[in-house]
Amino acid sequence: MKFVILGCGRVGSRLATMLDMMGHDVAIIDKSQDSFKRLPTSYNGQAIIGVGIDEDVLRSAGIEQADVFAAVTNGDNTNIMASEIAKELFNVPRVLARIYDPLREETYHALGLETICPTTLISNVIVSWVLPGEDKPKVPTPAGSNPMGTERAN
Amino acid sequence: MYIIIAGGGKVGRYLTEALVNRGHEVLLIEKEKAKVEQYTEQFGGIVVQGDACEAQVLADAGIGRADAMIAVTGDDEDNLVCCQVAKKKFKVGRVIARINNPKNERIFKALGIDATVSHTKALLEMIEQELPLSSFRHLRYIHDSNLEIVEVVIGPESPACERPINSLEFPPDSSILLVVRHGKALVPSGNLVLKEQDEIVILTPQNSDSQVQEMLLGE
Repeated sequence: MKFVILGCGRVGSRLATMLDMMGHDVAIIDKSQDSFKRLPTSYNGQAIIGVGIDEDVLRSAGIEQADVFAAVTNGDNTNIMASEIAKELFNVPRVLARIYDPLREETYHALGLETICPTTLISNVIVSWVLPGEDKPKVPTPAGSNPMGTERAN
Repeated sequence: MYIIIAGGGKVGRYLTEALVNRGHEVLLIEKEKAKVEQYTEQFGGIVVQGDACEAQVLADAGIGRADAMIAVTGDDEDNLVCCQVAKKKFKVGRVIARINNPKNERIFKALGIDATVSHTKALLEMIEQELPLSSFRHLRYIHDSNLEIVEVVIGPESPACERPINSLEFPPDSSILLVVRHGKALVPSGNLVLKEQDEIVILTPQNSDSQVQEMLLGE
């Protein structure tokens, strides 16, 4: 399978390395050359310097042939915009956006984007670990409860 | 109208001032505390601190009753998300996004944000108009169409000089809107003979503008 990954931070570099070791075709994009130092010397995939919300950069990473696009930069909005470009303009079959802000993640999930929220995920894992079997309550946002009340089963 | 503005940079600040002066109800949302304090001194209680991409911040701002949302931060991705949340989640009737990279205009449109303002593109057009380098100038691109309005100044070498308008073969869908001679507007009737120094304003499809230029200027 062909993977395009946006963001060569800890998650992006690890993901790219794993997929590359599994024999997949991988291209990783980051705006800083230094980020690619996180990739092992054994990495066989592409590494492209550029902004992930730029169509031409995505094209040079082979997005037109990609089966999967994953946006894992540390900017929620960058991940959202890049994922939408991959999904709506390049018709990539599977697109995933990492969104740290739980409320924003709920919003975009409800709008049809495949999303993953590390904040919710890790909190839930910790609660399940220390309090197994207990129901996890819905956490209200700082300014009150989510006005749209988009409940999700995690 | 109740208008919410996201982003308190130069554009956001002057936009707030302009809309308030025109009698609109305005709320400016800005992330930086220092700026919020500064603007509160200037505008009073119509400035709030927060991230306008967050649904909760928008809900607290009363976006449900907003007539328009204008996102003018310096980051295109922030403006996109802000407008999408306003439009898709809160069903705001009119959303306008500032675009910093002109390339993103098409992307924003594909992602559901039709009304965009690219200051880079606008600035380029304005500079082009001020530069008297050519007798052919782009005056304006018509939004949501492939049409543009151009202006041509007829020179002595122009193949159209001393010829009536109906003898000229314009590209399809082009038309002369106006002929200005010595500062006076003339109706561009078919038998009007073009003279040197005439300023001709033409509506033309963007991909035909070079044909118009060649026909009138021979360039």
